[in-house]
This record gives sequence, C-alpha cells and structure tokens, in this order.
Amino acid sequence: MARRVAVIDYGMGNLRSVAKALEHVVEADDQVLVTSRPDEILDADRVVFPGQGAARDCMIAISEHHLNRALLDAAHSKPFLGICMGLQVLMEFSEENEGTELLKLFPGNVRHFPRGAVGPDGRRLKIPHMGWNQVHHTGDHPLWQAIPDNSRYYFVHSYYVDPAEPDITAATTDYGVTFTSALARDSLFAVQFHPEKSAAAGLTLLHNFVRWEPSACC
Amino acid sequence: MLAKRIIPCLDVDNGRVVKGVKFVDIRDAGDPVEVARRYNEEGADEITFLDITASSDDRETMVHVVEDVASEVFIPLTVGGGIRVADDVLRMLNAGADKVAINTAAVFNPEFVKEVTDRFGSQCIVVAIDAKQVSGEGEPLKWEIFTHGGRKPTGLDAVEWARKMADYGAGEILLTSMDRDGTKVGFDLALTRTIGDAVPIPVIASGGVGNLEHLVEGVQEGGADAVLAASIFHFAEYSIGEAKRFMAERGVEVRL
Repeated sequence: MARRVAVIDYGMGNLRSVAKALEHVVEADDQVLVTSRPDEILDADRVVFPGQGAARDCMIAISEHHLNRALLDAAHSKPFLGICMGLQVLMEFSEENEGTELLKLFPGNVRHFPRGAVGPDGRRLKIPHMGWNQVHHTGDHPLWQAIPDNSRYYFVHSYYVDPAEPDITAATTDYGVTFTSALARDSLFAVQFHPEKSAAAGLTLLHNFVRWEPSACC
Repeated sequence: MLAKRIIPCLDVDNGRVVKGVKFVDIRDAGDPVEVARRYNEEGADEITFLDITASSDDRETMVHVVEDVASEVFIPLTVGGGIRVADDVLRMLNAGADKVAINTAAVFNPEFVKEVTDRFGSQCIVVAIDAKQVSGEGEPLKWEIFTHGGRKPTGLDAVEWARKMADYGAGEILLTSMDRDGTKVGFDLALTRTIGDAVPIPVIASGGVGNLEHLVEGVQEGGADAVLAASIFHFAEYSIGEAKRFMAERGVEVRL
C-alpha cells in the first residue's frame, strides 16, 4: 500500500534535503509531502519533523503555524521521526536563548555543551559539535536494522538533550559529555544527527523509518 | 569520537567543474553531479563548491548545480564564491546547500555575517579567510587578510579577524594560506594552529596540500578540525579512500 510521508514545514530551514533523501528511500508509489498544514499532517501515515536554528525561533514558528496540536497528536498516533531541533523541542525546557519552554513531550532539558571541555587528544572541543561522530545503540530497535552499532552520522549542534527518563534513550554519543543522540518511545523516534546528510547509514535509517510498523503504539 | 573531516573542493565555472585553472589551462570540465557522486562514494565527509563564475548572470547556473547535486548526494554541501547579500545565502540554502561560505562580503561589511547568522543560524555560515604571512624573519608571526585571490591587502590581522567572525556568529572558519595555495608544499601549520587556538569554532585547513602526509600534519600539528584539498583529488593522484586509510594508519580519527 502506498505510504504518505509528511515532512513538517514550519519555516525553520531548508527541508529540501530531508524530502530528497526520503524520496530516495521510499517505494515508487509512496508520496513525500512537504507541508505546514495541520490537516495534511494528521492525514499522513507517518511524519518527519526536522528543524534547525534557535530553540525560541522554532517554538515561535510552530505556534505561528498552529502546529502544536497536530505535532503532539502525530507524535502519539503514528510513526514520527524528529531530526535535530525536531528532537530538542520535544523536551521540557532549553537553556538556549536565556531559557525557552518547549513542547514538554518528554521530561528533561536541553543543555549547552560544556565550554572549555577537552577531547581525548588534549585539545579544546570546538562548539558547535560539527562532523561525523559515532552513535552507540543502547538496545535493539527496528530503526537500527542493518546499521552496525557505532556507525557515524553527521552532527551539527551546540545543545544536546538530557532526558529525565533514561529508558527512552536509544543511542548515545560522546563529545565531552555522553549525551542522548537518539531517543525512542512507542511510535516515536528522534535523533540529534542528520540522517539526510549521513550517507549510507543515514539513508538506511530513513529506509527503516518509512517501513516501520510500530506494534507498541496506537 | 568525532572524526576529522576530509573535504574535497571543486571549482565550478558556469555549471562545469574546472580543473587546474591555477596551473595550466586544463579545462577538463566534468559534470559536478558526477564528480560529487564519485567523491561521495569514495567517502568524502563533505563537499565544497567554489563558484568561480565571473558574471553574475551565470550565478543562477550554480543554483541548479547545487539542486542537482543535493538531490543525489546525501552528505553536507558547502557553496562559496560570489555570496554578497542575504538573498544569495537564502537561494543557496533553498537549492540544497547546507552551508554557505562568505569571504569578501564579510571583509567589506562584517555586520553581514551577523545578519545572516541571526537569520539562518550559525550552523550554515562558514567564514572563508584568505591569510598571508606579513611578518619578516625573526619577527613574531603575523598574518594579514587579503582579498581578490590574495592580491589586495586589507590591513586586518588574521587572528583578530577570525575571533571577530566567531563572535559575530560564524559556525566555522575555512582558513586558506595564500602563501601555500597551489604550492603543494603543505599547509601553513603555524597559521592553522594559531587560528585554531584563537577561536572556539571548528577550523578547516586549506591551501598547499601536495600529499597525504600533509593532511595528517594539518590535523596533528595544525590542530585542524577538517582538511580541504582540491588538486590531489582532482588529478586522481589519490582517492579520498586512500587518504582516509593513510590518515587512519597514522592515528587520525576518520570515518572509514
């Protein structure tokens, strides 16, 4: 059956690469739809929620596009993939922009990387955390299928999520601190890295997401 | 552990990849999509396109190049050359670029960097710095910013300038030594190290790579977060894969 994948467009950055990468992995009769309309998001079979930029701007954009309810609804009712800022805004509160209230889907905060931290080579760790880092799976998940543990994905961010419930962490990554680079609960999966920019590993993750039929939900 | 990035750089003129313009007129033009695809398959961590088109009419061509590459190559893409106003940045991002490199426009109007990092986010703004050593023998090392391919001095101290650009929100610095560019004798390691120590953001070393040892030096002695090279990859002296295996053997963390 043809699937309909909605990529949520709320004016925060370029969604073209996310849509293109999804088009690359879906079946021929599947549809990838970039949309800011709540009705289209609710009608879709699955939802991808990307995002970049600052936390406060993201929250304002979500609100201005009247997407709060559609987002929370989709996050509870169908396969949902958050990417980068689309992961961070699911938490309660971010340190960014002198403090920003988030969507509060998961207890826990979004923190800035410690300034002045030193890496294994004795050099200062640069912020943003930019480049290809390893993702350590904390357990099995359908989205990790055919992806070796500790594969590298492309990251670019200065803040990381610190969930209060450790069991939602699906993967961790080390950069001065060990942080949650993927989290999962029921039909929701969210990643700090950019699968759409992470070559084979990223495309495999998107391939898995498009075909994911979570049993623990709905 | 975060990997050091290897970034091949492609000069693009009117929609075609141009090889070796600095040396001789070998305009063995390739299709940017083909070249980008090959580099991606070899394991490039990012690809940088430098738009060397002289006429602004032809800049629209670059937008289509970025669109075509971004539809097929799923690694980060940076575009530089001729970025003067915020709308240039927007057009490149909308076409599928992940980052935009700004050089001359930043020198003429530093506030431009603030404007575009505020609007689009630091993560997508790279400030490209062309620096030349101006200290004489026996003097403390000093580098100055040059524009117009290293011909025009600006009076700006490279270290102060890099700090200012980081303060203004740049997400990364692409640092080219004009003394070394095209020489194949290796990076200016003192410059790379000095700038890298001065700023909290990642630094890409560029200019002077002639062999794989130079890439290792850039990381291990220069402290670069990423190394950029053009000719050693274009002329198929080395593949990206060979470069990465060599660096891994020498103890550099890379994505294999």
